[in-house]
Amino acid sequence: MNDEHIVSSFDRDLAELNQMVARLGGMAEQQFAAAIDALENRNASSIETIITKDGELDQLEKDLNDRAIEVIATRAPMATDLRRILSAVKIAAVLERVGDYAKNIAKRSLVIISDETNRSDTISVGRIADIVQGMLREALDAYATANADLAMEVWERDQEVDALYTSLHSDLLGVIASGSEEANVSSHFLFIAKNIERIGDHTTAVAEQVYFQVNGEMPSDERPKADAASGATETEA
Amino acid sequence: MKMSESQKVKIKARNVTVHYGEARALHGIDLDLNANEVTALIGPSGCGKSTFLRCINRMNDVIDGCRVGGTVSIDEQNIYSDAVDVVELRARVGMVFQKPNPFPKSIYDNVAYGPRIHGMAPSRSELDHIVETSLKRAGLWDEVKDRLSASGTSLSGGQQQRLCIARAIAVNPDIVLMDEPCSALDPIATAVIEELMEELRRDYTIVIVTHSMQQAARISQRTAYFHLGDLVEHGQTQAIFTNPENQQTEAYISGKIG
Repeated sequence: MNDEHIVSSFDRDLAELNQMVARLGGMAEQQFAAAIDALENRNASSIETIITKDGELDQLEKDLNDRAIEVIATRAPMATDLRRILSAVKIAAVLERVGDYAKNIAKRSLVIISDETNRSDTISVGRIADIVQGMLREALDAYATANADLAMEVWERDQEVDALYTSLHSDLLGVIASGSEEANVSSHFLFIAKNIERIGDHTTAVAEQVYFQVNGEMPSDERPKADAASGATETEA
Repeated sequence: MKMSESQKVKIKARNVTVHYGEARALHGIDLDLNANEVTALIGPSGCGKSTFLRCINRMNDVIDGCRVGGTVSIDEQNIYSDAVDVVELRARVGMVFQKPNPFPKSIYDNVAYGPRIHGMAPSRSELDHIVETSLKRAGLWDEVKDRLSASGTSLSGGQQQRLCIARAIAVNPDIVLMDEPCSALDPIATAVIEELMEELRRDYTIVIVTHSMQQAARISQRTAYFHLGDLVEHGQTQAIFTNPENQQTEAYISGKIG
């Protein structure tokens, strides 16, 4: 609903929370992209920056929580307003986690980069990361525009990520099990892939929150099968 | 929230219309109110919620030029039928108003007044018992038991409102109507009344008009939203305040320009 509150400062409070989420989202995207970039381009020099920058995400999430508590205490929000605030808090927590995963990817990339062999796994990891980056971008767009349909598209795409991850996982596990010299680096690839897959999961949580904020209920827990027509998760409103 | 209890319909309104002269204040309201629940009537000033409340004990009858149409039934009996004794009806359906209005009499006599005129207490000891029980139920006994002969108007605002509740329940009603009972009270006195309402609904059906969305959300099991003489939405309170079905309801409870 676009109607404005009679008390206009309430609208400003809500807009401020939205902006904080947008900022957090931008930072999380940037950190994630930078970590993948460092891995793909074997760029060790950017890793230190990624690690220190994570503190900014943590701080911004704390600030958002404080602000949300103030707004709840002073405005006693109802219905959509209440859901907007709750969603902002939950999405912020997710984005903070995305930042943690990005930091972990960066740290592990450092080990991989220091190893001389150029591994094809970088390409496989990059492919998953590409999809997840797209999902994260669109989930944040869906949040910014309160677009539940777009959010559900993101939600469905996580299946693709899961499939790619499962395949890469078994490849890497094979190498590790062989006990070859590559096992150590493979284990770092495995964790990086897992981190990316987790970012995908967290991104679906953002999508769910967008859906909740718009519709007042969570999407039904069954994710549609791969062949289901898009729009199958629409509410019968 | 427990919604599973009896769920017996106590008050049934069908196509209730109210005219004040030419002006129509209610446009055919259909509404069922459950026994032993608190129902909150909300809506902007002039929406008809207080008018509807006053239909339940025929208080509108005393307003010149006011005409009520349709039926209001309590326990399946139409209270607008000729057979109904209005004085008796108002004993069954008690009312508490926005401003505490104790009689300029002693605390004791305020509560004893109704039982006396309705001949409910043949002896002094029976009357004493009714006064004590009513004051206890209204959560006021401990504060006034040593000064029952003091004037009702000497009490604080919150105490006066509880005295009015004791007065209303002294005649053993089925239903208690409350028209913004806390709007003149501070937050502590308000909390005491709200706690009391939760107690009282075990024995009574309560209908409250309130302008405080927070209060409606806190105390009622069901909420009805009125707008311009129509019932816009009626449902479980938690649903109305978390995810109302109607856009007008949402705008009103959120403080938006609807």
